[in-house]
Amino acid sequence: MFNRIITLIIKELLTVWRDKKSRMILIVPPILQLIVYSYAATLEIKNVSIGIINEDTGIISRHIEDRFYGSNTFSKIYQLQHKDAKNFIDTQKGLLIIHFAQDFSKKILNNEPGNIQVILDGRKSNSAQIVMGYVSEILNQYNLDYMNQNNLPKQQSSIIITRNWFNPNLEFKWFMVPALMATISLIMGMVITGLSIARERELGTFDQLLVSPIHPFEILIGKTLPGLIIGLAEATILFLIIIFILKIPFTGSIFLLYLSLCIFLLSVLGVGLFISSLAKTQQQAFLGAFIFMPPAILLSGFATPIENMPSWLQPITLIDPLRYFMFILRGLFLKDMPADIVMTNLLPLLTISIVTLTGSVLFFRRRLE
Amino acid sequence: MTKPLVKINNLSKRFPKSNGFALNNINLEICTGAITGLVGPDGAGKSTLIRMIASLLLPTSGNVTVNEFDSAKEAHKIQSIISYMPQKFGLYEDLTVIENLNLYADLKNITGNEKESQFKRLLKFTDLERFTSRLAGDLSGGMKQKLGLACCLIKTPQLLLLDEPSVGVDPISRRELWTMVKELVNDEMGVIWGTAYLDEAEKCDDVLLLNEGNLLFQGKPDKLYERVKNRTFQIQNIEGSNRKVLTTALTNSKVIDGIIQGRSVRIVTREESVFPSTQEIDSGLDSRIVKVAPRFEDAFIDILGGGPGGISLLSEEMLNIPEYKEDIINVNCLTKAFGDFIAANNICFSVKQGEIFGLLGPNGAGKSTVFKMMCGLLKPTNGTADIAGYDLRTAPGEARSKLGYMAQKFSLYDNLNVQQNLNFFAGIYGLSGRKKHKKIEQMIKIFDLKQYLETSAGDLPLGFKQRLALSCAVMHNPPVLFLDEPTSGVDPITRREFWVHINGLVQKGVTVVITTHFMDEAEYCDRMGLIYQGNLIAIGSSDELKNSVRSEILPDPTLEDAFIELIKAENLQRQALK
Repeated sequence: MFNRIITLIIKELLTVWRDKKSRMILIVPPILQLIVYSYAATLEIKNVSIGIINEDTGIISRHIEDRFYGSNTFSKIYQLQHKDAKNFIDTQKGLLIIHFAQDFSKKILNNEPGNIQVILDGRKSNSAQIVMGYVSEILNQYNLDYMNQNNLPKQQSSIIITRNWFNPNLEFKWFMVPALMATISLIMGMVITGLSIARERELGTFDQLLVSPIHPFEILIGKTLPGLIIGLAEATILFLIIIFILKIPFTGSIFLLYLSLCIFLLSVLGVGLFISSLAKTQQQAFLGAFIFMPPAILLSGFATPIENMPSWLQPITLIDPLRYFMFILRGLFLKDMPADIVMTNLLPLLTISIVTLTGSVLFFRRRLE
Repeated sequence: MTKPLVKINNLSKRFPKSNGFALNNINLEICTGAITGLVGPDGAGKSTLIRMIASLLLPTSGNVTVNEFDSAKEAHKIQSIISYMPQKFGLYEDLTVIENLNLYADLKNITGNEKESQFKRLLKFTDLERFTSRLAGDLSGGMKQKLGLACCLIKTPQLLLLDEPSVGVDPISRRELWTMVKELVNDEMGVIWGTAYLDEAEKCDDVLLLNEGNLLFQGKPDKLYERVKNRTFQIQNIEGSNRKVLTTALTNSKVIDGIIQGRSVRIVTREESVFPSTQEIDSGLDSRIVKVAPRFEDAFIDILGGGPGGISLLSEEMLNIPEYKEDIINVNCLTKAFGDFIAANNICFSVKQGEIFGLLGPNGAGKSTVFKMMCGLLKPTNGTADIAGYDLRTAPGEARSKLGYMAQKFSLYDNLNVQQNLNFFAGIYGLSGRKKHKKIEQMIKIFDLKQYLETSAGDLPLGFKQRLALSCAVMHNPPVLFLDEPTSGVDPITRREFWVHINGLVQKGVTVVITTHFMDEAEYCDRMGLIYQGNLIAIGSSDELKNSVRSEILPDPTLEDAFIELIKAENLQRQALK
């Protein structure tokens, strides 16, 4: 039995390696995805264009304007007339407009509160909110400085100084890249196993295997282990790129990383084999994998925190293997997650892999009938 | 008046990344008013040539003209006067028969009265009038081909190109298709009929014989028979094993080729009227050698320099299979239903050890379903199939090592090389260490695979692919061998080589079950079952089946005649029951 499984594993690795196309598919896209997405998948807002309508002729609005010009968040600042405002937002030339009324400086110099109108493009609600944050920060800072200069009584008695733990500069990449590693591992695991049985069906070799003395269970092991080997190798390459090229610190334990990776891959391979045993052709298997992947990624907390999802949806994320692995990976990368927390998250992951693997065994046997 | 329609000068075609020429320096002329058979095994270059005439492929060198239009420069003009029916015609399976016709009429810009009258004519002609509202996907293989043909004929072409229209179609539909095309041909129209069936070639007015990209023969089939005149004989009334007689005959220097025909053996001699005596071939005292009419295949083999000889190294190296007293295969009332559709209905038969049993029938008749249930690949709705005392569906894995299996189109791992394929199949059958090494060495020697060890299985020549597949299937000395359409589409030499091995194995006590729709292959079987629409409608040896339909109209029926008559009788009986 041992001998037969080894034979199967060698065959599986050889078919992948000797085929130029599958070799390419396994190596090039994951690395490209990692590098491209780690720069592209960012929620930071930079290079924003804004407009300013300044009807005030006073000094104060000029000073504030200068602060905007001085900030590197805004790549381009347009000076607008009142009549251009609508068109400016409509055509998405800029995200927001800052409007100083005629008497703005006068009011401030008279020690009255001056009003600034900010018009935001609500179609891009997320970006607009973030940029609004930047704008208020600039205005607050100016306020403070102005009061200091003129010895005005301070309204604020305490000043908040923030220190970001784990990610001192709030580098978005640090948050994103571990998640990318998890997601890419998911995709590759699905592709490797999802296609393998279907490919053999198309070639006709699958029948050949079934009429041989091999037990279906052995066939499954012979499909799972090579998937695991390839998946681990793949993840190692990604990991090295992350550490040495993207220079993201890894604070946790390598052992825990690989342990979780193994269990995660097993659960993914189980799903992949399940889809594969259902599909008659590689095309069907591919479609099946792509029906599974988007919800798995969206519900994992990849881009949006699970806590923000509606309460009826949250329990569904509990069956998503990516959710646990994403959590573990982020923890291991950024905050040296202790073993016991990793274990608490590995337990459900292990349950999922047992369920998907047994499921694929059962389904695989049913399909023979 | 017939006139030349297609002219081909010094035509060669080479595909990028391939070693040899797909077509090598072809010169020929095709006229109107005739069916020109384009004959050759798979991979001979038939489709390539047809596609080049249809100007879908450009020549590497040389040129093709159709009606004086050059295929490289005036593809558009050529395509407006021809109709091309590829191997799998592009019918829309989710559209009905009439919707398919409408679609192709619109594509060819045929409208109004012309369309109506043309439809009427074609539907009558193809006998599809009753099925106009049926989905094309629900038609039988033969009807699909007829509909495809009708779609091709909506606008009457000057040249009709048919690429293997009869593959996998039941023999009745095959004949109907042939008659239909025969009726079409007139002085204004030429037909090219591509086929791998050599017997179909005999009926063509003109024949082009292709092999490995070379044009071996062009002319009337009769002219080809001249080569083998007075050289074809049948050894009848053989005492003892006909396979032994064939083996002995093939080693005789007077004989260049031989095959089994039921109980008899058919040979082609090296020289006219010089044949071995019955003593020389050890066929028994009562046996006699009778001159028979030459066939297309005899000439083909003769051109290629004779058959592969009769000695199977494989069987010499194989161990004798221990005797099995009872029937080694028992199929009891096998039924398989897919929903409402009954793919196999109450099939029963048994096979003795050392027998070759054939499951015959057109595509979709249910022979593969029965075959798969026997191997344990499909669960029967009802009934059982025992192989050497085991039901392979429920038996432990080891029981399956009694079985050798070779699937249609040689299911090998295409991107593993020959050595790796051998290693793999030896490994899954539990061979290891020195034993495995020895066995693989043996296979390499027997099948002469040495030169190809590093070649990927997908890049092997067809003959070697077949050898590799067979070696993978027999490496573990199985007592029972299952072969699914083992030699469909391969050239006659490769097919003979294959059967030499199978005959050798059978003499060692191996039992063989094969499926086929090739009548030639069926002749090798000791007994066969004819499956038609899920039912086993006849069972017996080739001679028994032929005798059962012998009549005044058919004094000397071929196996194909026998099948057509049996199917007709079955159809009549069913109508009577309704």
